[in-house]
Amino acid sequence: MSRPPLVVTASPHLAGPDSTPRIMWNVVGSLVPVVAIATYYFGPSALLVVTAATLGAVIPEHFFGKRGSLGDGSAAITGILLGLTLPAGIPLWMAFLGGAFSIAFGKIVFGGLGQNPFNPALLGRAFLQAAFPVALTTWPAREGASWWSLAGDNFALPLMRAAPDAATGATPLGLLKFEGTKTDVGELYLGSIPGSTGETAAIVILLCGAYLAWRRYLNWRVPVGIFATVAVFSGLLYVTDVSDADPLFMLGSGGLVIGAVYMATDMVTSPVTHKGAWIFAIGIGFLVVVIRVWGGLAEGVQYAILLMNALVPFINRATQPKVFGTRREGTAA
Amino acid sequence: MRNALRFRHGVHPPDSKTLTESLRTKRMPFPDEVVLPLSQHAGNPAKLLVQVGDHIERGDMIAAADGFISAPIHASASGVVEEIGLWPHPNGGYQDAVRIRVDPYSAQVPRARLLPEWEGLSPKELVDVVRDAGVVGLGGAAFPTYVKLMPREDTDIEVLVVNGCECEPYLTTDHRTMADFPERVHLGIRIMMKCLGVPRALIGIEKNKPDAIEAIRKTCPDDLDVEVLPLTVKYPQGAEKMLIKALLDREVPSGGLPLDVGVVVQNVASIATIAEAFETGLPLIERIVTVTGEGVAKPANLIVPVGTKLIDLINACGGLTKKAREVVLGGPMMGTAVSNLDAPVLKGTTGVVVLTARQIRAQRQYPCIRCGHCLDACPVFLNPQKLGNLAMAGRHQEMQDEHHLRDCMLCGCCSYVCPSNIPLSQLFGASRAALKRTAAPA
Repeated sequence: MSRPPLVVTASPHLAGPDSTPRIMWNVVGSLVPVVAIATYYFGPSALLVVTAATLGAVIPEHFFGKRGSLGDGSAAITGILLGLTLPAGIPLWMAFLGGAFSIAFGKIVFGGLGQNPFNPALLGRAFLQAAFPVALTTWPAREGASWWSLAGDNFALPLMRAAPDAATGATPLGLLKFEGTKTDVGELYLGSIPGSTGETAAIVILLCGAYLAWRRYLNWRVPVGIFATVAVFSGLLYVTDVSDADPLFMLGSGGLVIGAVYMATDMVTSPVTHKGAWIFAIGIGFLVVVIRVWGGLAEGVQYAILLMNALVPFINRATQPKVFGTRREGTAA
Repeated sequence: MRNALRFRHGVHPPDSKTLTESLRTKRMPFPDEVVLPLSQHAGNPAKLLVQVGDHIERGDMIAAADGFISAPIHASASGVVEEIGLWPHPNGGYQDAVRIRVDPYSAQVPRARLLPEWEGLSPKELVDVVRDAGVVGLGGAAFPTYVKLMPREDTDIEVLVVNGCECEPYLTTDHRTMADFPERVHLGIRIMMKCLGVPRALIGIEKNKPDAIEAIRKTCPDDLDVEVLPLTVKYPQGAEKMLIKALLDREVPSGGLPLDVGVVVQNVASIATIAEAFETGLPLIERIVTVTGEGVAKPANLIVPVGTKLIDLINACGGLTKKAREVVLGGPMMGTAVSNLDAPVLKGTTGVVVLTARQIRAQRQYPCIRCGHCLDACPVFLNPQKLGNLAMAGRHQEMQDEHHLRDCMLCGCCSYVCPSNIPLSQLFGASRAALKRTAAPA
């Protein structure tokens, strides 16, 4: 009788249900509703911008990344997330360039997936903000326009001046910071405000994040810690009249929700320990409020997260788990 | 303390025990030949006592213990010594072994022997009987049992912990031992308590074995302080440190032994074997083995002569199915895959699990994404993520000095949860082996 061919592998011979591509594609899937709602509010431009940024991320990953690394889905996440942090009216070539920068300089130069110290999407956004400050802060106003109309001059050619005829508005944070007017909180959470494609509709993002947390693809401690810190700290400033923004406004405005749920929780660039996750989250929340209240920028989420990303190795080192059967450092039997 | 019988972290692999958990143990027919490696236990290999051509009866000693940490080996069937030499060993290599051609006409009745009357013996004499019977831990590690029965004078043992967890998926060896032979387990506990002079025994059984819990509870003696405690089903509940934590809420110190917290742990199957040595006067020459998995035609719990070749054992269970891809000795979490089915069942072989292609871990590896799931799984609270990076960089010494590599039990929880399929526990085992090589140059 011929025996079937046997293989010999190392233990454990069973594997848990999760795999890295599965985690990544689940995150991509969870972003679909966010993109859909952005398209609902901002018209076809939102979808175009997200698509351009995603292509910008995926193409260099395919050509310069490790062989087959496109399949793990992480480049797609970077592109979609970048697209969601851009204004809907931005020229598509800029979105594409941002995506390419994210992957090439945010990830591939460090050695690909798992090696990058900074969140690639945020790095790409920071690059765009430095290179094209006007385009990155031109928020389309949607009142009165038909859904099908573009939110800005999406098809501007590279390095050409964008058509100036698009109607623009200001984000709630900009309005508060530079003009002293406050947006209705209800509008903040339901999304009908000027802003980046994905920074509106906080409720949808929170629901998608809750799904990921339930699947354990996202560390809930990070968003919870950020929201709690922002609420408490901005609450303190509000009661003491240092700042005009109440906690509900702070939480719902700008990119805080998408940043806390999708950017700060990037596994690669956040701490591996639970204690570390809390420290990381509190640091981000604190920095967000500091930048928003005292900084020169209206929005601080992007730099708050990037700054804390830089501290992750130190946080990890400082929060090593206490090994079973050891009482304190050095007293191990 | 009593309300939470659990340890923290760990994993929940599907237990897959339904294949065999309700099958009563049956005796397997004697195979045509048995192969007895001289190294079946932790410590020195046994010293050979027989020559080619010798006729031996079932139960005769064929190799004697060599040193303190060692165990004698006995013939598991009557027959003629046909060959002494290298033979495939379940650990993957070849080892010295005695091959016995089993006498097909023998009734396999052991030589008449005096039954040791355990009640009349002193603890010292009891320990001698256990040692001479070649009893080793049947949970897999095969540590000589008698050594555990004679702890140093200065240690104060309060509790005997009986390990009936069997947290490895698929295996039902301990389960059936408890369900089918509960009196034998209790006799073994009685003898161990006498040897150790402990007043109290706790039996920890995972909740997924209600019939075993009931059988052991029903037969609990009234005159001894023996208690059965059902435990949460979680891997690796059966690891000594985890079991002590769950039952007594004590932490065995890092680098220490259960003795350091006043506990001796023994696996139920070994305890039953101790009792058997006094009940039948026979040494450890057969054991219960679970043959299971989707790759075996007729899964079973069998009483198997030690030294039975795997191929004979599997054929006694209907043979391999077409889907069979990997044969694992022991449970799928910590067991070793064998390449050669001529390798024999050893004293420490708890089960033979045949896995299918669909079940085996994919070999494709992704980069670490620092998800931290391994930290949440590690029952001894190591940082496998960091250790894995160091191992791949070859920084073994640093792993040991700064990251408690020594505390790793190689339980495999980290590898099990790793979404990137990084073989963490395999890397740690390799690092330890590398350190051993540099510590003691051959």
